[in-house]
This record gives sequence, C-alpha cells and structure tokens, in this order.
Amino acid sequence: MGVLPAPVEELLNTALVSELTVVDPKGRPVTHPLIPLYDGELIYLTSSILFSKKLEHIKANPKVSISITDPEAVKVERFARVTIKGDATVDDSDLHAGWERVLPLWREKEPAIDFFLGKRVALPLFFERAVIEVRPRKAFFWEEGRTDRAPQVFEVAPVLA
Amino acid sequence: MKQPPELIGTLEERFAHAVIAFVDSDGYPMSVATEFEVDADRGVVVLQAVAGEAQPPAEERVNVVFSHIRPQPGIGYDERRYVSLWGALRPADGRLEFTPEHVQHWDEQEMSFFEYSERSVPQAHRYLERVSAETGREVRPKLAFGWLFLRATRLPFLTATFVPVLLGIAVAAEKDGFNWWVALLTVIGGACIHLGLNVANDVFDTTSGADAANVNPTQFSGGSRVVHYGLMSLRTITLLSAGFYAAGIAIGLILAAARGWGLLWLGVAGVLLSLFYTAPPLKFVHRGLGEVIVALGFGPIMTLGAYYVQAQEYDLEPLLASLPVGILIALVLYVNEVPDRPADEKAGKRTLPVRLSKDAIVNGYAASVALAFGMILVFAAAGWIVRPALIALAAAPLAVPVYRALRDHYEEPYVLMPAMAKNIQLHLATGTLLILGYVIAIVADAV
Repeated sequence: MGVLPAPVEELLNTALVSELTVVDPKGRPVTHPLIPLYDGELIYLTSSILFSKKLEHIKANPKVSISITDPEAVKVERFARVTIKGDATVDDSDLHAGWERVLPLWREKEPAIDFFLGKRVALPLFFERAVIEVRPRKAFFWEEGRTDRAPQVFEVAPVLA
Repeated sequence: MKQPPELIGTLEERFAHAVIAFVDSDGYPMSVATEFEVDADRGVVVLQAVAGEAQPPAEERVNVVFSHIRPQPGIGYDERRYVSLWGALRPADGRLEFTPEHVQHWDEQEMSFFEYSERSVPQAHRYLERVSAETGREVRPKLAFGWLFLRATRLPFLTATFVPVLLGIAVAAEKDGFNWWVALLTVIGGACIHLGLNVANDVFDTTSGADAANVNPTQFSGGSRVVHYGLMSLRTITLLSAGFYAAGIAIGLILAAARGWGLLWLGVAGVLLSLFYTAPPLKFVHRGLGEVIVALGFGPIMTLGAYYVQAQEYDLEPLLASLPVGILIALVLYVNEVPDRPADEKAGKRTLPVRLSKDAIVNGYAASVALAFGMILVFAAAGWIVRPALIALAAAPLAVPVYRALRDHYEEPYVLMPAMAKNIQLHLATGTLLILGYVIAIVADAV
C-alpha cells in the first residue's frame, strides 16, 4: 500500500504514457508526454538531456502535475483518469548512470527498454538522462474517465520519516 | 510539417481526446482530459466542459494538448504524435471555446524520432553547460571506452580495407607465393591509414559545420558525431587521427625498406589522397572528387600495394582485379551520401548526390554495378584474372534491393538504412568471392 489510493496506483503502475505539466518562466503551463514510474511513495519520470527544457522549468518552479488520460496507453479492467499534483525535484547528479536506479521499475513496465539500452552507442545523448522525482500532494480521480462529473479528490498525507 | 490551420483541421481524425492544462489558484499546473470537436471554419476547438474542482478558469490562457501513442507491448511504441496549443479559453453554450494562438507539434510520421533527437542536440549542450555552471565541474556525456572507440573510428567500415588488401595478397599468392608477416603488416598498416582517414574526416566535418548541419545521420552516414555530441574533444580526435596516420606511415616505411622502395610512391599517393579527402587545401570531397578518390584508394592503391609487398613488382592483374572492388566501395560512399546531401550542400561538399538529380543517381548506381560485374565477367573470361573469380558474379543480386530502395525511398533516410547495409554487403560479398576465386585457383594449381 503506497501513499496514493489503490485505483490511482493501479493506473500509475500500468500507464505507458502520462502527461507531465510544468510551468515555464512566463507562467504558462507546458505539457510533455512521459512514461510514469511509481514506487509507492514517489512518481519518477526520466528525461533525456535532448529534451531538457522541462528540467530547467522544474528547477525554477517545482510545482507540477501528472495526468493519465489515454485509454490506449492504460491496460486496466475499468478505465479511469487521474491527475496528480505534486512537487518535483530534478536529480541530474549523474546523467550517465544515475537514472539507472529507476531501471527496474521501467523494465517492469516496458521490457523493451533493455533492447534500446543495448543501442546506447547509437543514441548516446538520449541515454544521458535526469530523473524527475514527484512527491504527490493531491490526486483527482475520474471513474470511467468521465471528467464531466466531479472528480474524487484525495489529499496525500505527508510521509513521516 | 503541417501548418497551424491545416493542423487544427486534422485534430479530430488524429486524436481521441484533449487535455486542458492551466495554472490553478495554488500555483500548481492542473491538467484534465475532455472530449473535443473542431470548428475549422472559425479556427476554434470546442471542448466539453469539465465538472468540479478541476474546471479550467474562464477567459484565461491555457495549454491544450492532443497526444497519441500506440503501445506495442514488449517492443515499445509507435504512431507517436502530439499537438500542443496555447491560447484563450472562454465559455460558450455550456462548453468551452478555445482559440489557438501558438502551436508546437511533432508527428513521427512526418519527422522521425532520430531527426527530432538530432535537432535537439543544441538543447542538450545548453543543459550540460547549465549543469556544469551549477556544479562547478565540467559535465559531459559519456560512452564506455570500447563503444566510444568503435564509434569514433567507425571500426566496422574496415572491411573496405580488408577486401582490397586481401585481394592483392591473394593475387600475389596465386602468382608468386606468400609471406605471412608481410601480409599481416600490410593489413595493419592499411587499417591504420583507413582509421586515420575516418577520424580525420570527422575533424574536418566538425570544423566545416557539416556535422552540425546534418540532422539525418544514420549508422552508415553522417560521420561518428563524437565531437558534435560532446563525447570527445576536437583536440583528442585530431591526435587520434594523427596517431593512426603515424602508425600507418611507419608500417609503410618498414614494408618499403624490407620489400622494395617501389612501394613508396604508391604509399605516398595513398596517404595524401586519404588525408586530403576532407582536409584543406585540396578537400577532394568538397570538389566532387570524393567518390573517385575512394574508388582509387580502396581499390587499385590498396590492392596494388598489398600485391607489391608480396611480389616485389607491379603487375596488371592486381590492378584489373581491384577495379570492380574500387567501383563497389565508391558506390558504398555514393549511396551513403544520399541522406547526407542537404547537410553536405550546406557545408559546401559537392558530392555526386548533391550535384545530380535523383534519376541520375539511381541510374548511375545501376550502370556502375553493371560495369563492376561486367568487368569481372570480361576479365575472368579473357583470362586476365583467374577464371574461378567468376563466382563473384553470385553477389550481383544484392544490388537489386539497393537499386529499388534508392528508386522508391530516395527522400527517406531511415527507410534507406537497410539498403545501405545491403550495399556494404554487396562490396564485401563481391570482394570475398573474388578472393575465394583466387584461393580456388591456388588450390587447383597445387593439386
């Protein structure tokens, strides 16, 4: 049992794509499709340095949201949609290998990652990656994905050390 | 890429839902999915209203994102595309009308992920500079030493050296006998000059801007890109190139001293052609002579040199045997230059694909292949090279898929990649079969 309600965790654990929204320096929301990984406490997303503007935006403003909206990319028995607001940090202390700490979670969801990792020589900059760690604060959950109905709202209790 | 009005008109057929993103009263970005339809005449997207706490603010600027991905379990994804629109949102008849003002989009069917990545290399460098400034230490991308060496030297292309050198050795062995240590030194020396050339090519493609301008590199074209990606410094690869040339020249001098100074003029010609392939002031490849230089260097010069150090004299037969090999290796370059041509043109490299039309290039390929295999047929039938060399004709069908790919996918760099691989196989298989023809002749002579 993690920090999020079970149906939200089920979506996070199966979604092959999510939308990460960050706030740019002009205060505009900017959304990026990324694969979400979850360990029961934090949501992890990784970003290549090739597509690293979002990392700069998070460093300037750590407030983010992650949405799971696409029925094609989520294999659950009863489709639902979720948006999670949270606070993000960027770990780029070791761009070459630091992100490999989330590889077990990534591999579980997308086994093909090992095939692509084997091609690292062909795409060296793609595999220089930062880890975005998102601590969930609030989750909005829509049964059957019906956003024309009010969502269930879950406040996330802070994790005690 | 599609322009905004056309793009908006295609949203309904390309995407199943929209995501509205906005900044809420807590300062957090909030995003919520909803259904949509497009009013193309008015240039607006009509979004279904959202209920409850997740409602976007009326009369505010928001980001509306359309994203599509088709997961292929166990493989990855395909059909990746997104359209991100920024503009004003206003309520209308219980729904939300969105007028886009600014757009950002990508569709992998219009721009491959590889090209998208290549176009993003400057952003990677900007990020690395910022991280370096934040941490107070230089942060650079890395690659394991073995992979970096493989990438920087483009080691697999050494087959272009092995074929003509081993062919020269085989011709000599069939006529006059064979010296192992001389053969070994010849292969190593030839490989050093070749690797020196490969790395030098990257030095000059970096300084000329050709690498930076090329957004469609493939594993067969576009150079090693180790400097462009920041994996190695220009100084390091310059020293690496110089080291390979120095080793190759030293081996050439040892062979000349041991086997005859007649090798010297050929060796000097080989080194100069190789060095000035991209180096100023001659820059042969910039003058449209790259294909001819490669044909000479990786054909007659290497085969005659390898023959000379074995037989200690020159002869017509190794020259004739080398001609088809020279043509086929020039065709490897010729096909690999097709995806590079926009970047080459920008950098002033007047390669044949830069100068000639698609039809001329495709027909030129077919004619050159016919010439190479016609030579093998005529030379072997006439007894100018050994008759078992005729088995090399068996490799000719490998040219067919290359020709078809050039004809049908000339503008699609990544679709051309298998054809580039097949074209390299054509050179390798033909050369190997020619060598095998000589081995058969040697065995037949001995029996």
